Amino acid sequence: MQQTTSSHLDQTFLALADPTRRAILARLALGEASVTELGEPFAMSQPAVSKHLKILARAGLVTVGQDAQRRPRRLVGRPLAEASAWLEQYRAIWEASYTRLDGLLAELQRRPERKPRRRRGCQ
Amino acid sequence: MPMTMEKARVTLPSDREVQVTRSFRAPRALVYRTYSEPDLVRRWLLGPPGWSMPVCEMDVRVGGRYTWRWRSNDGSEFGFTGIFREVEPASRVVHTQAYDPGTLGGGCPADDAIVTVLFTEEGAATTVTTLIDFGSKEARDAALSTGMTDGMEQSYQLLDRLIEGIQR
Repeated sequence: MQQTTSSHLDQTFLALADPTRRAILARLALGEASVTELGEPFAMSQPAVSKHLKILARAGLVTVGQDAQRRPRRLVGRPLAEASAWLEQYRAIWEASYTRLDGLLAELQRRPERKPRRRRGCQ
Repeated sequence: MPMTMEKARVTLPSDREVQVTRSFRAPRALVYRTYSEPDLVRRWLLGPPGWSMPVCEMDVRVGGRYTWRWRSNDGSEFGFTGIFREVEPASRVVHTQAYDPGTLGGGCPADDAIVTVLFTEEGAATTVTTLIDFGSKEARDAALSTGMTDGMEQSYQLLDRLIEGIQR
């Protein structure tokens, strides 16, 4: 995966690191909303909401909709999909090991249990 | 009856941490053995296909050291080393983890990560929860993306195809 993708991911994860921003995204997942509407559930000033929206926009997670008056914000799903695909690659590495461990555990349980050997490093 | 349980789950509990959770159909004491006996560890802790674990040394006691090193079919190598800080057999192990970039190159984080492994048993299943605290967001993200750019690319291409298949 290229560097550009990784810096996109940085932006995405930075944007997702804040609970208010995650709540804003959750609200936008239901449909577009104006800055004022987005601020309501958080009892937050418009500048504070705008600051969060700016970080979300930089990460490409939010765009401004058509209506020039309301300037509604809209969720963009692709960076989220990329972020989850990225984590999925990491998860897949673990899962590859764990699938092997499933097999090893099955094998050890089929065999009559040997006395646990004294554990020792081989240093 | 397959022994496979629900797949591993990865979460980001904070900016600097990653948590991996997975359940196994085996008693806790046995799962613990596969985590603490080098001869067993090297049989499964191999990541994607194509990797082997030529070095797996573990002195599982407080203050004891471990050295893990992996090698791929194409000759790439990397590893982890660290010291066991807490050892409660079949229950909880805490160890430090320093990344040894081997032939893969790439940055070596300034601080060791702290890895906490918890073993909990419920019914016939044991859940292993691995919490890795990288000390900073930068170190975590670097670790999460390790191998996405260099030597492990081949393995990842395989995984990419697999993941595409799942997502389709």
